Amino acid sequence: MPLTDSLRDDILASVPSLRAFAISLSGNGDRADDLVQETLLRALANIDSFQPGSNLPAWLFTILRNLFRSDYRKRRREVEDADGNYAKTLKTQPAQSAHLEFEEFRVALDKLPQDQREALILVGASGFSYEDAAAICGCAVGTIKSRVNRARSKLSALLYVDGADDFGPDNTVRAVIGGSGG
Amino acid sequence: MKLQGLNSRGSVEQVMKDVKSQASKVAAPGKPGRLNTEIQSRIGHQLRAMYDDVVRQGVPDRFAELIKKLDAPGPTGDPAKKNDGRD
Repeated sequence: MPLTDSLRDDILASVPSLRAFAISLSGNGDRADDLVQETLLRALANIDSFQPGSNLPAWLFTILRNLFRSDYRKRRREVEDADGNYAKTLKTQPAQSAHLEFEEFRVALDKLPQDQREALILVGASGFSYEDAAAICGCAVGTIKSRVNRARSKLSALLYVDGADDFGPDNTVRAVIGGSGG
Repeated sequence: MKLQGLNSRGSVEQVMKDVKSQASKVAAPGKPGRLNTEIQSRIGHQLRAMYDDVVRQGVPDRFAELIKKLDAPGPTGDPAKKNDGRD
């Protein structure tokens, strides 16, 4: 369909959640905004192929995800840098201990396989139905459900398992949060 | 997908092994069900908090300007068609 004023407004209204999705995927604020920009340019250039009345956010998320995927194949994410850069994208810094917990979560999320991470974010944060998430990822609904379940299990294991001896740096974080009591 | 593998012979053991190892990783001994529910709701909360933090930042100027610029037909014609981000 042609780019009408209302379609343009709808695209603009999708930008905040596109950014949140891009940051969740890439773990890097600057790169996420480049991804969003490329997504918007791609969407506007191909606006004729958008079906009126279909799900605009899902269409935009599909474009962004595909761009991220092809980009990802070219260059690996800078995982070490992820949490630091992510923190910089936040306008208001959470209180110190909450901030550490937040980073811990971010690091755990980064440890998930990409398939599972995107499925969890689409369903658990973006609020898409399993059906929409499946369409965005180009896979079966059952596959999305299984990825979301595995993502949740893995996050539980990473964040809340007792005696987490096997993740070293996080012990420091725990000690700081707990004040280590003397 | 392991669960679909139930139909094929010899995979049940594997499924049970997966379930057991997941359960032991996820839940503390004692009240696995309840703890698991608590943990899952906490994970959901953290995930949304992280996401909504970005959503609340709204639309940065660069994107508002980008869409405005592409929307208005400039003197040079149709920039949206020409520039797909590759030039």
